[in-house]
Amino acid sequence: MYIRDTIAAVSTPPGNGGIGIIRVSGDQAAAVGHTIFKPVYDGGLVSHRFSFGAIRDTATGEKVDEAMAVYMRAPRSYTREDVLELHCHGGWLVVERVLALVLSCGVRLADPGEFTRRAFLNGRIDLVQAEAVMDIIASKSESALQLAQKQREGALSRRIEDVRGCLLRALALVEAYIDFPEDDLGATDAEAIQAAVGEAQGIIDALLLTFEEGRVIRDGVSVLIVGKPNAGKSSLLNRLLNENRAIVTHIPGTTRDIIEETVTFDGLSVRLLDTAGIRHTDDLVEQEGINRALDKIPQADLILAVFDASREFSHEDQLILDAVSGRRTIAVLNKTDLPRRLVLPDEERFVALVKIAALSGDGVDLLKKTVCSQFLHSTAADSREFVALSRARHRDALVSAEQFLSQFSNGLPECNLELLALDLRSALQAVGSVTGQTATDEVLDLIFSSFCIGK
Amino acid sequence: MMTYDHIYDVIVVGAGHAGCEAALAAARMGCGTMLLTINLDAIALMSCNPSIGGLAKGHLVKEIDALGGEMAKNIDATGIQFRILNTKKGPAVRASRAQADKQLYRLRMKRVLEQQTNLDLKQGEVTALYLEGGELRGVELRSGIRYLSKTVVITTGTFMRGLIHIGLNHYPGGRAGDQPSVGLSDQLRTLGFHVGRLKTGTPARLDSRSIDFSQLETQFGDDPPLPFSFSTDRISMQQIPCHIAYTNQRSHDIIRSGLDRSPLYSGVIEGVGPRYCPSIEDKVVRFPDKDRHQTFIEPEGLDTIEVYPSGMSTSLPIDIQIAFYRSIVGLERVEIMRPAYAIEYDYVDPIQLHTSLETKTLRNLYHAGQINGTSGYEEAAGQGLIAGINAALRVKGRDPLVLTRSQAYIGVMIDDLVTLGTKEPYRMFTSRAEYRLLLREDNADLRLRETGYQLGLVTEQEFVLFAEKRRMITEELDRIAVTRLRHSESQLEVLARHGLEDIQKGTTLEHLLKRSDVCYADLADLDPVSRETPAVIREQVEIQIKYKGYIDRQMEQVEQSKKLETARIPKNLDYASVKSLTTEVREKLSKNRPDTLGQASRIPGVTPAAISILSIALKSSSWKETAE
Ligand SMILES: Cc1cc2nc3c(=O)[nH]c(=O)nc-3n(C[C@H](O)[C@H](O)[C@H](O)COP(=O)(O)OP(=O)(O)OC[C@H]3O[C@@H](n4cnc5c(N)ncnc54)[C@H](O)[C@@H]3O)c2cc1C
Repeated sequence: MYIRDTIAAVSTPPGNGGIGIIRVSGDQAAAVGHTIFKPVYDGGLVSHRFSFGAIRDTATGEKVDEAMAVYMRAPRSYTREDVLELHCHGGWLVVERVLALVLSCGVRLADPGEFTRRAFLNGRIDLVQAEAVMDIIASKSESALQLAQKQREGALSRRIEDVRGCLLRALALVEAYIDFPEDDLGATDAEAIQAAVGEAQGIIDALLLTFEEGRVIRDGVSVLIVGKPNAGKSSLLNRLLNENRAIVTHIPGTTRDIIEETVTFDGLSVRLLDTAGIRHTDDLVEQEGINRALDKIPQADLILAVFDASREFSHEDQLILDAVSGRRTIAVLNKTDLPRRLVLPDEERFVALVKIAALSGDGVDLLKKTVCSQFLHSTAADSREFVALSRARHRDALVSAEQFLSQFSNGLPECNLELLALDLRSALQAVGSVTGQTATDEVLDLIFSSFCIGK
Repeated sequence: MMTYDHIYDVIVVGAGHAGCEAALAAARMGCGTMLLTINLDAIALMSCNPSIGGLAKGHLVKEIDALGGEMAKNIDATGIQFRILNTKKGPAVRASRAQADKQLYRLRMKRVLEQQTNLDLKQGEVTALYLEGGELRGVELRSGIRYLSKTVVITTGTFMRGLIHIGLNHYPGGRAGDQPSVGLSDQLRTLGFHVGRLKTGTPARLDSRSIDFSQLETQFGDDPPLPFSFSTDRISMQQIPCHIAYTNQRSHDIIRSGLDRSPLYSGVIEGVGPRYCPSIEDKVVRFPDKDRHQTFIEPEGLDTIEVYPSGMSTSLPIDIQIAFYRSIVGLERVEIMRPAYAIEYDYVDPIQLHTSLETKTLRNLYHAGQINGTSGYEEAAGQGLIAGINAALRVKGRDPLVLTRSQAYIGVMIDDLVTLGTKEPYRMFTSRAEYRLLLREDNADLRLRETGYQLGLVTEQEFVLFAEKRRMITEELDRIAVTRLRHSESQLEVLARHGLEDIQKGTTLEHLLKRSDVCYADLADLDPVSRETPAVIREQVEIQIKYKGYIDRQMEQVEQSKKLETARIPKNLDYASVKSLTTEVREKLSKNRPDTLGQASRIPGVTPAAISILSIALKSSSWKETAE
């Protein structure tokens, strides 16, 4: 059941930010405000006005923090319920204390995304927008944030609307020929029907192409660094990290750890995995580390295979070539500041080949760009029109629409109008499920405005 | 006012297409029934086109017949041209249509009513419902008599406060030549019904002696003509053709020259007209690029010189009418026998009805036909039948009959009406049926015959015939599923002749029939048993096998929607207390008061989110207490 109790949570990111905001939503929001917040100017909380005052511990009477409070009466609030926001200044510890105070008023801690869910359930935002907001909350990088914001502004919804428009047009054409055989409509205009469907397919295809990109932007990518010992993996890693003050986490293990670090290249969130050097060894512990590295290969979105360009191609290099075969791999030729001795067989197997000198840092920027370009193809990513599908649900809906439309196109030559109409309707329904829309009388409206009907 | 000393079970007001079906159904179900109408000589009169059926309408007629209604039998007995439309398209969108001999149609229906036991037929105009303590008790007539009854079905068509327009002249009338019904709609309004105004129109009736048919295309009906009714063996009426003519630029100029005296364009008419049945002036104004408009010149009967030019309805002044009809090639010297006109009338918003067609406002009162904002004889008859059945079921203390959207066009129509209401005259289209492939003319009996029989509307004899047909279909489907090709010499020879050498030995006949290049007649060549299969069985088997994939897909959709369609919303649900609904949705739901979640989901503006909220609210125990 959709429980309409009052919920609260800290709505600013964790850490010692400037201001911490606690949001309370539900019928008790105002009551919570009256209980723990004392405005400087007595006049109570006026809807949609900030007031300055103090938050006090109701049990001890102690002043916990000075704060701004704003109360937004339903339905003019984010959740369309009564909402109270407390803007605290006193750092993270204070914020946590204030939250505890709020909860002690009989309010429940909100589940992740629960405010947005309420906004959706209360009809404040549509499904796509709701999902986009969830993404903003969880976004890991600048691009993810932008993408989420654009979705929220309804860019995706608008493209979906375009698709629906085309499909409705096609359906109206088909339906007119079914329902009005005695009206002088001329021959079935298969070309116009196909054109409208083709346009819809074009938009759907473009949207589906952006799915991979959307996912990458939202979730980030994993990049695995492999190479024989001393090929320069560690210095490369350091280069990649130095310029990005990344959060570093060590995954503890044996002496041959896999080190995982997250950085951002041009707005793309990248998880870098550095592995043990790969070579033949009798050392059991070292072999264990190598096995782990090899195990990671199939899971990585991209592999950086590092080779020492100053040395001849060795059987250890061959081990690496064998290990990454069939995977998306960039060959990184290190130590190119030294005379080149390496001859790499089958260069074409790599998606790219980048020469660097990890010690001096030469070529590292190019490498980063090359990594990004593997995932962010579209120059459209910069343009305002960029719309990416980032949800599996959206993709599934569009894939299923796509299937109905190709069924439709296969059936078009036979011209079984009522079967064509069924495919079109199924496609429309699938597309509509992205934004939560269902077709109504729109088809009839279109028929009557485009054809002179009426015996 | 004198009170008649008999209490009827059901009183039906109005003997149009809705009223006749309603009265027959109630009487056949054993209820003491009275049918009251303004003019006994105008029973089941076709106010507009002299034809029955067409796309989606033919479907309705077959459903009415399967349920035990009269319309199909009536047109079979009086039809003078029968055609199946869309024969080149799939079986789901093929539809029957017939020209009627208008006078014979009316007279035969009157005779059927007169011969019906339990049914009294009386002339009189109902001016008010008779209520006692807020409860419906009967009706009052202009003549000063009060008739008592347990239930009332109103089917007043275009008559309530009917106003006829010809040019800027207008005068009260229920239809040309008939009195309007005055008083009843005013009372309905005071009882709390939302009464609105709609408009429709009809072309002139022309003197066929003044038409040069040699200049027109001739259109014959099908030979042999195929009947509507599952109980009719063959059509025995004489069959005659229609003719096709076209307007031209000069016709359009004449029309434009009269627009300043058009009641439509000068704003005299307030009622909303049907977009699918526009007047000729509407067509010319809205589609100025179309250089000609087609008209079928339809005979009004075998024994009359009157003809009906379809699609040429107008409310332009009479001088423009004369000049315009005469501008058509072949009609240069045409004489108008009855002028074209538009009519405005009161209707009651069907949103105030349950799916049983009982009004939500007044218990035991049912509305059917054009009063619900529909237009068309078939739409009216379908509703009339359901209203009559449900009034009778009420009298018997039984649950109402509600046909679902996956069961019948009648179900789609009533659901549309009561869920969405209507702002313009509602007509049936196949595109309104989301399960179109399931709702075919050919299987109307398979869908509904059993229901009609259980209600007592389908006779024993008719039902036995049907049950036999159903048994044969099932048997034949079972048989061809297991009958395999043995590749005997004669079979190989037939396969070769059809270019089907690739067919493997051991293939079942069913499998063979699935191929698009094989039809049932080919089976008959291969298999002696198939040769004996009667045509109606062949047709069903062929359709059911060939469209199996699509039919299954639709059945799946029906299954998916069941959860919403069967989730009933308590009649007294207080939407204001479901706080999480937006104000807009809450207002819509409070106004429409849908019976099920499925209905609620079809109301524009009611979002999927709102439906989830509602379904959650319905599940919570607090609502169970307030459920009926
Ligand atoms: C001018 C005109 C144009 C039309 N054009 C079209 C068209 O283009 N397409 C189309 O599909 N349909 C058209 N129709 C509509 C079609 O005629 C109706 O939809 C259909 O007949 C409705 O059936 P009904 O049973 O509801 O009402 P009707 O057939 O109108 O029958 C109503 C009956 O009720 C009786 N009655 C009315 N009030 C009372 C009362 N108070 N007391 C007793 N008896 C009463 C009347 O005498 C009449 O017999 C048109 C109708 C008219 C008049």
